[in-house]
Amino acid sequence: MDYPHLQTLRADLAFIAHWVNPRSHVLDLGCGDGVMLDFLQTGKQCSGYGIEIDDALIPKCIQRGVSVIQQDVEAGLAMLPDNAFDTVLCLSALQMMKNVESTLRAIARVGNEAIVSFPNFAYWPHRVALIRGRMPVSKSLPYQWYDTPNLRCATIVDFKELAQEVGLEVLECVALDEGRPVTFLPNWRGSLAVFRLKKRTASR
Amino acid sequence: MSALGVVSPQTMHFATPLPLQSGAQLRDYTLMYETYGTLNAQKSNAVLVCHALNASHHVAGLSNADDPKSLGWWDNMVGPGKPLDTNRYFVIGVNNVGSCFGSTGPMHINPDTGKPYGASFPVVTVEDWVDAQARLADQLGITQFAAVMGGSLGGMQALAWSIRYPDRLRHCVVIASTAKLSAQNIAFNDVARQAILTDPGFHGGNFYAHGVVPRHGLRVARMVGHITYLSDDDMAEKFGRGLRNGKYQFDFGIDFEIESYLRYQGDKFSEYFDANTYLLITKALDYFDPAREHDGDLTKALAGTKAQFLLASFTTDWRFAPECSQAIVKALLNNKRRVAYAEIDAPHGHDAFLLEDERYMNVVRSYYDRVWQELNESNAAAGKEAA
Repeated sequence: MDYPHLQTLRADLAFIAHWVNPRSHVLDLGCGDGVMLDFLQTGKQCSGYGIEIDDALIPKCIQRGVSVIQQDVEAGLAMLPDNAFDTVLCLSALQMMKNVESTLRAIARVGNEAIVSFPNFAYWPHRVALIRGRMPVSKSLPYQWYDTPNLRCATIVDFKELAQEVGLEVLECVALDEGRPVTFLPNWRGSLAVFRLKKRTASR
Repeated sequence: MSALGVVSPQTMHFATPLPLQSGAQLRDYTLMYETYGTLNAQKSNAVLVCHALNASHHVAGLSNADDPKSLGWWDNMVGPGKPLDTNRYFVIGVNNVGSCFGSTGPMHINPDTGKPYGASFPVVTVEDWVDAQARLADQLGITQFAAVMGGSLGGMQALAWSIRYPDRLRHCVVIASTAKLSAQNIAFNDVARQAILTDPGFHGGNFYAHGVVPRHGLRVARMVGHITYLSDDDMAEKFGRGLRNGKYQFDFGIDFEIESYLRYQGDKFSEYFDANTYLLITKALDYFDPAREHDGDLTKALAGTKAQFLLASFTTDWRFAPECSQAIVKALLNNKRRVAYAEIDAPHGHDAFLLEDERYMNVVRSYYDRVWQELNESNAAAGKEAA
């Protein structure tokens, strides 16, 4: 898996991959078909594991040579020792979790840095939909209110608060639209929020 | 019908004594084995398949052309185009010593006494089996297996390989297995052993001389074992409270379908399985605990492993539940080993590892696809170096 290939497959992942240092030990929560870890392993000499629950995706990860552990994110995190990873990825998965706060605390426990992305609920078409009195349905939130797997709706501003609370310092925050960063009015114009976080070490 | 057609077993004799974990030794011994596929010139495509309690070297294909029931025990897994594809790999199945399918066992003559070993056959462990298998690999010129694979007790052997001979396997495939038996597992095994040991036909293990077989004991042992292989749901669905004759008989014959099934399984088993072998193999199961010499720390026990791992478990397996596989995965994660783990939501209990399930088969198939890809890459690299 090379960079251009990743960019055509998943532009958002290609952008995020820049934030992962070469040769780092990476945990990818909800790793899907393993495309990100495949790129990080072959393109950036990283090592690591993916956690994925979906039966159909496990063989795809295996075929790519990705070390995938079939568990839900919470159970998967519980299997891992403290401070095991340079970077923990939690990409477009957080909004589906029941216990977001404890998951973020577990991420801080096992990793030094984390990259978290989720659909930005404050993206302007979502705001327009709400002003019109309807739940937003868009490319980044493609479900109806009654069949969505997304349990949590958050905005860029909301997430910053929680990150602080669980002991993660925000290093960078970028809003992406179609995989490209949005600098002007990001909490309006970005459909995907991406945070680069670092574990806050207790000051002595 | 198997795609492999009819296969014939081979034997190899070893005159050098095999030192055993117990301190005893096996003076000389013969191993019965089968192979499928072709060993490549680099001898790098060999896969060893280790068998569980009542299975043998006959992994795949037919042993008898006229008998469709003579199909190998993992024929759905091993063969041309199967998940472990014999068009790519050279697959070896070995019958372990102490078993009753051709390798040296309690029914054979003890060279020291000139009589059948019987109860005096030394207690063998998973590690002893692995040592014997390693000698077979030596004789076949295989210094490193592409993979060692097994389910249940076979998975224990694969795991023991990764610990004992870390340089001799690139991949370790452990299915529906565990790094140690629970007290409950041991309890079931002991009920089975007691059934055999207290059968008057057992004659202290020397029943061969009396021309009898402790059939009742074997039967009960198999019935108990069989209960633990199936899930509650599976049994409920297959048998429920179904009655053999539609009404209660008010006696102690067969009322329920489940009774009929278990008795049939027990009867069948007692006709082909050796009672001493059953005792030996259940002991090997009970004793397996590689963490034992590391104060119970499995992470330490697996610290010397070098292989990449695939583990799979089945959600309804209560004999070796997913938690058992998870414990191994956890220890491997602690050691930063490469490991893939699939937890398959199948209804068939422990037996699921022998059954057809698309998700399960796909996991194993993808893993061996990957092993094959690596094998070709390393062959290509070796070719370049040589040129």
